[in-house]
Amino acid sequence: MATKGAQILVDSLINEGVEHIFGYPGGSVLPLFDVLYDAPVKFYLTRHEQGAAHAADGYARSSGRVGVCIATSGPGATNLTTGIATANMDSVPMVAITGQVKTNLIGNDAFQEADVTGITRPITKHNYLVKDIRDLARVIKEAFHIASTGRPGPVVVDVPVDITTSELEGEPDRTMHLPGYKPVTEGHSRQIKSAAAAINESLRPVLYVGGGVITAGAHEEVRKLAEAANVPVTMTLMGLGAFPGDHRLSLGMLGMHGTAAANYAVTESDLIIAVGARFDDRVTGRVDSFAPSAKVIHIDIDPTSISKNVRAHIPVVGDAKSILTEMLPLVTHSAREAWHTQIEDWKRKHPLNYNGNGGRIKPQSVIQQLCKMAPQDAIIATEVGQNQMWTALWYTFRRPRTLISSGGLGTMGFGFPAALGAQVAWPDRCVVDIAGDGSIQMNIQELGTAVQYKLPVKIVILNNGCLGMVRQWQELFYKHRYSQTILCATPDFVKLADAYGATGYRITDPGEVGDALQKTLRTPGPVILDVHVEQEENVFPMVPAGQAINRMIGGMA
Amino acid sequence: MRHVISAIVENKSGVLSHIAGLFSSRGFNIDSLTVGRTENPALSRMTIVVAGDDAILEQVRKQLGKVIDVIKVSDFAGKDIVQREQALIKVGCNNENRQQVVALVEVFEGKVVDISPGDMMVELSGPEAKVDAFVEMMRPYGIREMVRTGLVAMARGG
Repeated sequence: MATKGAQILVDSLINEGVEHIFGYPGGSVLPLFDVLYDAPVKFYLTRHEQGAAHAADGYARSSGRVGVCIATSGPGATNLTTGIATANMDSVPMVAITGQVKTNLIGNDAFQEADVTGITRPITKHNYLVKDIRDLARVIKEAFHIASTGRPGPVVVDVPVDITTSELEGEPDRTMHLPGYKPVTEGHSRQIKSAAAAINESLRPVLYVGGGVITAGAHEEVRKLAEAANVPVTMTLMGLGAFPGDHRLSLGMLGMHGTAAANYAVTESDLIIAVGARFDDRVTGRVDSFAPSAKVIHIDIDPTSISKNVRAHIPVVGDAKSILTEMLPLVTHSAREAWHTQIEDWKRKHPLNYNGNGGRIKPQSVIQQLCKMAPQDAIIATEVGQNQMWTALWYTFRRPRTLISSGGLGTMGFGFPAALGAQVAWPDRCVVDIAGDGSIQMNIQELGTAVQYKLPVKIVILNNGCLGMVRQWQELFYKHRYSQTILCATPDFVKLADAYGATGYRITDPGEVGDALQKTLRTPGPVILDVHVEQEENVFPMVPAGQAINRMIGGMA
Repeated sequence: MRHVISAIVENKSGVLSHIAGLFSSRGFNIDSLTVGRTENPALSRMTIVVAGDDAILEQVRKQLGKVIDVIKVSDFAGKDIVQREQALIKVGCNNENRQQVVALVEVFEGKVVDISPGDMMVELSGPEAKVDAFVEMMRPYGIREMVRTGLVAMARGG
């Protein structure tokens, strides 16, 4: 019996357990969409391919499953690339299927042709151009395997239209052939023993926890290790939720906008235990001043992350969950009174703060109140900029996969479509996108998607009439010269919500915040809450770029 | 320091551009890169000569190893290897100095592969340093054109 390529492709997706796909049709994927028309998968038509990629990403981050998006050749595929790069930087499992022009037209500058494997090579974990229908089923299987194992990441499968229209006799071969792909999972026992010994000997240890802990599902092991060894824990942006933010051992986030306690603790530490983190420049600040007197244990599944930015004294390559499980019985409890007293002192002297006075709404207070009102299992997506950093600082994340944020690439316009993807994965949970008036306008068209599929995402816009984070840098480092950061002609978001068939509310008075948030969370369907906040409010503390992370400015009591 | 790195890769289209792209996007400097067939038709072997300190070389090795189509990476630093490079050099010469050039070619165990009234083409193979030395010897006669293949290398023994 002969099977068409498009059918083989869709069967292969179903074979991988795919239930939800985000995407946008077009000429070179017509045969594929024809098969999808009556396939047992739920398809979400976004309003822009970038929205589809971010939605697949949010779906994957919130659920741990592989997110799938489909776009046509040329502009469809290039519109996906920001979403693919976003997923790549944050190690998110995603399979992006792109249509391609006919095999015999490739390289001919055909209509809607782009060299997709060439363009996506530096922003994917791997990519494929399928030139033979006999490879199709195997490639899809390999794509899911590569995307979801080791350090996860996006895989692009570029499929020329004639591959989907041609036919294959007999059962397609799905046997994977990946001789060069062998991710290490088990940590080296001797390294694990040295790491445990270093922890037991240390006087001022800090656990530095990144997104890898969430990916590995190692959050329980991290908590057990912290408690067993009595070690304070700081998290990266991607690591928020990997350790309960309200735990007595939590220091909160570290780095450029980290808490004083976290940044001081890392600087004074004699042992950094990095788990699933990659010493990003936003975390380390000036590298030679980062934890200058500390030994570094680095647990990571990706050997290239180890000793890339900061030299690791005890590297342990492998899966964080398996390594920490093996390490747990080897660590001993130690009081470390002086260290914990010092940390308590920093926490007491330098808590997060902001000036709550004045007639305008303070963005921090909106997030604080949202944190109190939203259910414990609420999923919070953010855009990028001040809204993101205020969320990281003022929302207490207690569970993994509850913060969905573009950390590595810092993609404005990510939060809303990602929130839609999270809502698809978790239809019964409360999903909120915390946005700015700049970011939300980058993918505002996805309101159509939210309304069409009844995805009740709540958007809280911290509307300060400007591109707040850039404006903050201009205020602090460019003499208040607000070059192109004051936003004008911003639409009336209440009317805009209404025009799409969603609900919109607006508040300007600090006294209205609580009630408005309650109303927003209780209103069925997608809602925009437009919160007019203080324009010149800054995110503090802040470490100027390239400085040592204990050189914080602002917001220090 | 210069390192000779050998990578066994899958013989597929796109692998070379992937590796070349990796080097440029990570800012690694390639001195030379060769790729050719091996005893196994499904595999190719890339020999990459790269300059950098130990930390850079460690990244180069790890980043290469991370590429899905790369099967094995070996760094030949400190290893006993045979290394060869081939060069074709067109050097200017006339009736007066032709014999001098031919004598030098013989000393270097090269071969004259083409000759015309004003120049001759020499083929030479050997370790990089030997090719370098020969090139220096030819300079005074006027090198009209030159192409070097880049290094290939293999470890000695089993």
